[in-house]
Amino acid sequence: MPIEILMPALSPTMEEGTLAKWTVKVGDTVSSGDVIAEIETDKATMEVEAVEEGVVGKLLVEEGEEGVKVNAPIAILLEDGEDESAMEAAPAAAPAAAPDAAPAPASAPVAAPVVEAATGAAVASDPEVPAGTSMVEITVRDALRDAMAEEMRRDDTVFVMGEEVAEYQGAYKVTRELLQEFGDKRVVDTPITEHGFAGLGVGAAFGGLKPVVEFMTFNFAMQAIDHLINSAAKTLYMSGGQMGCPIVFRGPNGAASRVGAQHSQDYSSWYGHVPGLKVVAPYDAADAKGLLKAAIRDPNPVVFLEHELMYGTSFDIPDIEDWIVPIGKAKVRREGSDVTITAHSRMVGFALDAADQLAEQGISAEVIDLRTIRPLDTDTVIESVKKTNRIVCAEEGWGQHGVGAEIASRVVAEAFDYLDAPPARVFQKDVPLPYAANLEALSLPGTEDIVEAVKVVTYTG
Amino acid sequence: MAARKSTTSKSKATKAKLSVTKDQMLDWYRDMLLIRRFEEKAGQLYGMGHIAGFCHLYIGQEAVVVGVQGALEEGDQVITGYRDHGHMLAAGMEADGVMAELTGRIGGYSKGKGGSMHMFSREKQFFGGHGIVGAQVPIGAGLAFADKYKENGKISATYFGDGAANQGQVYETFNMAKLWDLPVLFIIENNQYAMGTSVQRASSETHLYKRGISFGIPGEEVDGMDVVAVYEAAKKAADQARSGKGPYILEMKTYRYRGHSMSDPAKYRTRDEVNSYRDHHDPIDMAREKILTAGWADEDTLKGFDKEAKTIAAASADFAQESPEPDPSELWTDVLVEG
Repeated sequence: MPIEILMPALSPTMEEGTLAKWTVKVGDTVSSGDVIAEIETDKATMEVEAVEEGVVGKLLVEEGEEGVKVNAPIAILLEDGEDESAMEAAPAAAPAAAPDAAPAPASAPVAAPVVEAATGAAVASDPEVPAGTSMVEITVRDALRDAMAEEMRRDDTVFVMGEEVAEYQGAYKVTRELLQEFGDKRVVDTPITEHGFAGLGVGAAFGGLKPVVEFMTFNFAMQAIDHLINSAAKTLYMSGGQMGCPIVFRGPNGAASRVGAQHSQDYSSWYGHVPGLKVVAPYDAADAKGLLKAAIRDPNPVVFLEHELMYGTSFDIPDIEDWIVPIGKAKVRREGSDVTITAHSRMVGFALDAADQLAEQGISAEVIDLRTIRPLDTDTVIESVKKTNRIVCAEEGWGQHGVGAEIASRVVAEAFDYLDAPPARVFQKDVPLPYAANLEALSLPGTEDIVEAVKVVTYTG
Repeated sequence: MAARKSTTSKSKATKAKLSVTKDQMLDWYRDMLLIRRFEEKAGQLYGMGHIAGFCHLYIGQEAVVVGVQGALEEGDQVITGYRDHGHMLAAGMEADGVMAELTGRIGGYSKGKGGSMHMFSREKQFFGGHGIVGAQVPIGAGLAFADKYKENGKISATYFGDGAANQGQVYETFNMAKLWDLPVLFIIENNQYAMGTSVQRASSETHLYKRGISFGIPGEEVDGMDVVAVYEAAKKAADQARSGKGPYILEMKTYRYRGHSMSDPAKYRTRDEVNSYRDHHDPIDMAREKILTAGWADEDTLKGFDKEAKTIAAASADFAQESPEPDPSELWTDVLVEG
């Protein structure tokens, strides 16, 4: 059966072109890959190659003809043993589909929900702490260490890798004594090679392991961010659900002290932007331990943002075996009736201090510890605002496109009628973090900034 | 552990006694034909507007994946960049599922959500299909890390191109792969052009098999148009990796006949250059000559193989157009693993 050669599209946007030149004539034998013509568009000239073997039976378009539509027949190819009579017998036996059979665009996009749909099922609550449970005082550092050790005992596919995690015992001693207990197969010192070991960790996760990848700080993860986003977060979707990536990227995030701009940045909103990731930023030791254990068990990639300045802080933690805190659930750290303050990580401490000060001035503040940045527990925030009618969103990072901007936007969209004042935000000054002690202090947000913002939204300033 | 240059020459090897069996050779011939006919069909569908976006064809490079796959065992992993259709077919993935992914339909390996550059099959141990140049290299080493950790005796075949060979993460990976003696084959498909930039214009050291020297990784240059040479080199390298001696670099000298992607007019090279490869170094023609010389099949049988490949490719094109688009509800699935 003769084969019609159609005018090809050089690009997805091409609709027509000029047949500049035929490089074959009737009677020529062509095989797949032979150039048969040159076509031109306003952007490029390209050669058209034959994709079938045969003898050129007829050229349907004159050399130099302009405006030849994509998918219009331009020549007829005779197969082995056919002669010209075959062309009359079976004219339009196009190889595949008619020109107008290009796939229709997907039906109109479904209305996109404002908040991510992937938050899905209801999130479990914090574990019950039975009456009479004793409390143990522990630093955030050791709580994180215990979380890893417990999960490594429970599941031998869990391993830790990163710079100085093994023999040095961790740059911030978060992996202290893990090497002694689990050996160098499961506590792996890497070279200083963030891009490489983040990608290697993703591959290990695809290969069936559960890596806990430590970045000495999240500032250095900038070298590896392609693997967190393009490789870890997106591959499940791009594979139609085949390629789960159970990996935890963890390490200190945010401003340390007097280390300058390159070592002081809060990445919450960066990672919080990306579907396919979970992003956790705990404040106290109980959450650090319970959320890290949950992160290691989670079948998804989790970015776990710790705070260097919190590592040495001690908190009471319930003495309960297998303490797990669910990802995706904010915690009301202090109840109040006049204003809602949201915060995460170290800022929670400032928010609680601010609430103390405000209480002395007769203002009752409710403090919500977000704990998880993605999925964001909007429900808890909205419920609170419906009660207090005012909100201050506090974060350590920059304001533009920040976590507080997102929360304020959701509150306006979902609880507009409940607001008695525009949402207020507290964030770092819009400059790289300076080194000089006075400038650094001016740049970073703290308790006073939160108190001031509360006074603005309560019109008590 | 200096790098060695193989003495593999091109078609002269034909006369020598073949180290492979008739069955292997005929299988490879059919596999290469399937890739060629599939890619031609994909190019055709692209030209008709059924495939959109980026579409990087593998025509000309077929001997590389087919020869390497011949040296792999069940359970070994394969990972590559965006010119990936050939790798998937060689790994045993169905032409229908690959073509339907190209047309963005529910019958595709990623339910239409990945496209040409992003397809996977856990069942066939094919780990993509990666669109960021070089990103598959540490991921491939990570698969090998998992193999070593699990002590399962498997290896990872990690492919990348001459363009990716200049990415920093490749060298970060070489370092860790040798430091920890990971069971990984680094297969550099040197088709001589990174998009429009020739190796000579992009690389200070154009012998890419030497790129592992400073890490202590042995490397070898291979005639990537000769499926037997590819198989022999890959078998040796795979045996070494599997035995715990660590990574191996194979630089496959190959050539792509088509542009970088469908919309590339390929003005950076001459038609004569393309034709000289097609006419004198075509991997399928070379295999055909070997088969006929050895008397393993006659012309008619080989013609039958071609017909068979064309039939599969044509059927995959039909399937890819008949398979429905993904249901709109698929927009929201597979973002996270639930539960």
